[in-house]
Amino acid sequence: MREIRKGNFIADTEADTRALGLSIADAAEPGDIVALVGDLGTGKTALTKYIAEGLGVTEEVISPTFTIVKEYRSGRLPLYHFDVYRLSGPEEFYSAGAEDYIEDSGLSVIEWADIVADALPEDALLIHIQYADEGRRSITVL
Amino acid sequence: MKDGKFLTLGIETSCDETAVSVVADGRGILSNIISTQIGIHTQFGGVVPEIASRRHLEKINDCVDRALEEAGVCTDDIDLVGVTYGPGLVGALLIGVAAAKSIAYACDIPLIGVNHMHGHIAANYLEHHDLEPPFMSLVVSGGHTNIVNVPEYNRCEKIGGTRDDAAGEAFDKVARVIGLGYPGGPKVDKAAREGNRDAIAFKRVWLEPGSYDFSFSGLKTQALNYLNTERQAGREINVNDVAASFQEAVVEVIAEKAVCAAEEFGQKRIVMAGGVASNSRLRELISEKASARGIEVLRPSPVLCTDNGAMIASAAYYAYQAGERSGYDLDAVPALEF
Repeated sequence: MREIRKGNFIADTEADTRALGLSIADAAEPGDIVALVGDLGTGKTALTKYIAEGLGVTEEVISPTFTIVKEYRSGRLPLYHFDVYRLSGPEEFYSAGAEDYIEDSGLSVIEWADIVADALPEDALLIHIQYADEGRRSITVL
Repeated sequence: MKDGKFLTLGIETSCDETAVSVVADGRGILSNIISTQIGIHTQFGGVVPEIASRRHLEKINDCVDRALEEAGVCTDDIDLVGVTYGPGLVGALLIGVAAAKSIAYACDIPLIGVNHMHGHIAANYLEHHDLEPPFMSLVVSGGHTNIVNVPEYNRCEKIGGTRDDAAGEAFDKVARVIGLGYPGGPKVDKAAREGNRDAIAFKRVWLEPGSYDFSFSGLKTQALNYLNTERQAGREINVNDVAASFQEAVVEVIAEKAVCAAEEFGQKRIVMAGGVASNSRLRELISEKASARGIEVLRPSPVLCTDNGAMIASAAYYAYQAGERSGYDLDAVPALEF
């Protein structure tokens, strides 16, 4: 992944989250992995939608909770959107065929990445999203 | 063929039920075996894919045997095999697809891969023997929320769907944070009956005028924000009120959009399908809104709302009648669209 601004910031509005999503899409190179960590409702899927928008994905990006992974091929890079909420750990991640995706030449975005942390390469872009006050979000890019 | 009836064996393994059924002439259920894993997954707060696949593998042969036995037929009597090939969990789907292909090959009978969503709609043919297209269908479940126009057998035109979370998924997630547990739908439904649906003013998400799409993610966030605020203020949370208010915000939008869709497309009937079709408040509200506009609402009984093999057999039968056939190269398609 090309250079991207790291550190912590407060997302006041949806526009801030969108800006981050677009900058990730802009910096993404084939085979990159974005690991999203944050509670229910913090906006992981929303951020993924903006990454998809930045890649030029034309399909509707919907929650992959039911099927674990959804693929989108209409953008600049293939987007593999994982939600590993229902997985018990890295082993299940492998048996869901994850290696085929994360070693492929697309961009993998993984929600609830803390569950499968041991299966992710060290150079994955790690993003923590937390509730801040008044509906804002505290986002840390590592 | 047995007694002049065309027999279809239907196999369903897309999520957490291993289900096999024998259906006569696309309408008559001769057997409907459902082996559910819900007890196993309850402790994890949802379906665990790898466990689900292993359980399907353990159960599938036994379910096929029991379905044939209960129907009083043998494999030689079966004319067609139908199987769900998507959408669903890949490992789970593969078990059913492999079983169906083996049976079709060994018995030299045709094979049809069925879209799970078409199956849910077809469940109504099993319940309502006079029902024929055209009609408007509302398919709401743990993984899907769709409004589908059905102009004829074997033709389904999606006119609206969720843009983020499925309705059942929203129920599951909110049930989890208010401590009701899995499966969220029935538990929220039950708690809501004891609660006040006007207690909390959750915003309804209608999207642009004329759209039949849904969005439940923001509603989930509203519920989470409400819970956080109340907890931080040290106020006690009335779980029943949260359940009732949240459920109302979900089902009001679903009911209104389904009825508007039927009206716009000139359909006199709305046919409900999927697990969330069992939600008592959704049923009540949609019936109210529809009857005010002269529209009839049909739904299958709860056992046919959940995943089952009979609905797959019925959908396969009508696909077969329309001339469809699947080859032995049929593969699972986890993200299959309508």
